[in-house]
Amino acid sequence: MTDGAHDPGPYRLREEHQLLRDAVRVLADERVAPRAAEIDRTGAFPDDLRRLLADHDILALPFPEAHGGLGGELLSVCLAVEQLSRACATTGLILAVQELGSLPITLAGTEEQQARWFPRLASGEQLIAFALTEAEAGSDVAAARTTAQRDGDHYVISGSKRFISHGSVADLIVVFAATANDPATPRHERLSAFVVELPTAGFSVARIEHKMGLRGSPTAELAFDGVRVPAANRLGEEGDGFSIAMRTLDRSRPGIAAQAVGIAQGALEVATQYARDRRQFGQRVGDFQQVGAMLADMDAGTEAARQLLYKACVEIDAGAPDAARWSAMCKLVAGDNAMRVTTDAVQVLGGYGYIDEFPVERMMRDAKITQLYEGTQQIQRLVLARSLLGKAD
Amino acid sequence: MRIVVLTKPVPDPASGAERLGQDGRLDRANSPAVVNGNDEYALEKALKLVEAAGEGEVILLTMAPANAPETMRKALAMGAHRGVLVTDPALAGSCIVATTRVLAAALATLEFDLVFAGVDTSDGFAGTVPAGVAALTGLPYLSWAADIRPDIGARTVQVDRISPTGYDVLEASMPALISGTQALGEPRYPSLKGIMAARNKELITLSLADIGIDPTTVGLSAATTTVVGQRPPAPRAATQVIRDTPDEAARQIVDFLADRRLI
Repeated sequence: MTDGAHDPGPYRLREEHQLLRDAVRVLADERVAPRAAEIDRTGAFPDDLRRLLADHDILALPFPEAHGGLGGELLSVCLAVEQLSRACATTGLILAVQELGSLPITLAGTEEQQARWFPRLASGEQLIAFALTEAEAGSDVAAARTTAQRDGDHYVISGSKRFISHGSVADLIVVFAATANDPATPRHERLSAFVVELPTAGFSVARIEHKMGLRGSPTAELAFDGVRVPAANRLGEEGDGFSIAMRTLDRSRPGIAAQAVGIAQGALEVATQYARDRRQFGQRVGDFQQVGAMLADMDAGTEAARQLLYKACVEIDAGAPDAARWSAMCKLVAGDNAMRVTTDAVQVLGGYGYIDEFPVERMMRDAKITQLYEGTQQIQRLVLARSLLGKAD
Repeated sequence: MRIVVLTKPVPDPASGAERLGQDGRLDRANSPAVVNGNDEYALEKALKLVEAAGEGEVILLTMAPANAPETMRKALAMGAHRGVLVTDPALAGSCIVATTRVLAAALATLEFDLVFAGVDTSDGFAGTVPAGVAALTGLPYLSWAADIRPDIGARTVQVDRISPTGYDVLEASMPALISGTQALGEPRYPSLKGIMAARNKELITLSLADIGIDPTTVGLSAATTTVVGQRPPAPRAATQVIRDTPDEAARQIVDFLADRRLI
């Protein structure tokens, strides 16, 4: 007798990954896609789709089984984000942000902290946001000015955070704040990470941004005016914040790459269908070589980005020492591909691509953010160049 | 309650790529495999019965090429508890008689109250394997089930068997073997929870040696039947359309049928 259960088969998705992908795809096609245009038009957070993802255990994917999750590895989470984003990037981001926000707790939280917060995040009853960026501290994370002052058993957090996805709909916020400001402390040891449970006194949503794309996903500026947080809500030790943030981004960037691959695939499918249906000069527009070649490049680029993403997921899950490189590379390639493919999809549709009768103009606007958030493409290249060259002298 | 469900990977009928190879055997490499449709209905009923009983397990039993775990994983994701795959290079090209003997021998390694199977498979269509396995194992055989009602306390099982006029209600003692139809109820889609749980479910592989079958008695060389050819049905003659006033059209249609002694 032999155990024939797990033969991963190199470079091929295992059966359970295909099942998971197909299950999410069916749900996305039937329940998410019909809502996508309306979400974009109204700019309202799709709480119905949050509940849909919760009811189908999709939000449980990133969490350990011991705390009510499904114990999905990064590849499973990314397959789900990809399929949701193929129909609606805003909806794909619900899962991606739930993972992003929970990663600091996964990476640095104690068993007790995980048991406290994960069950309600896994069930989808609560949402979590990741508050790192500030108006003057974007790519330069360590420049954060929000402070956390120790006061007995508590910390008092003051400052503001900007561009926080789900900041206005989350029940928990992971905030990165400086616990040391003295010149003797190295820049990268100034930050600490805290879980703020809402509602709480001193916390407010200062504004919701008006965005080019991802319009149903609320991006908030958050104000912390003397918010008291129990010391038991600190993740890791004082000064661990920068390291926690960087390790979080190493694992979360593939989620954005997955969103980008999904958007590109969605645009490719719309463009292909159009090129098949639309006739000009007595033939299908796809049969004109210039159009056919665009579709071919869109397909090849998207598949290449997808395979790099899947490989990155497997390497990161396996504990590869160069996880930062894999995550930067897949986000870079997938984000740039999504922008190119959605732009070309608009081109294939011609004038019809520029109006909201077809979804490709929305996809083009949605794709742009994947080149900007969780590190701009320039930051991804910086990470890659440093991993090649070593840090500058 | 323990229920074994015979599940066969078959070429996906939706792929449209089912065809025979040069040797008259099914070309399995040519199309993606899925769990045989009727087997999924039997599995669904087995899952419902074990869920209702509140205890027990559903065990998949499959005889197939070595890549079958890919297909069996979906049945595990639907909720089956574990799987047993009989696979051996010597089995390639086995006839119905050999298949029946292999499944009967594999069943002897399992403990169960009931065995379910789909009435037939979408690739072979012989529809005789369940009856053959029942005959070899001596299990009571209840066929064409539209409903299955076990009584654990009495150790009996009732089946509504599809008949030309409705249902025949049959009863047998347990253990028994039942072939099920699509009237058993629509199979469920695997949930994400089911899919993730299926990753760690037991799927064991048995060789012919493990079940005590002589490899020379199975496979293509020992097959009792051979597919010697294949052909599509003869094309039908062109349709004759009658267009006339209602009375005249009706008269022509009656004449047409009467000429052929159909009325």
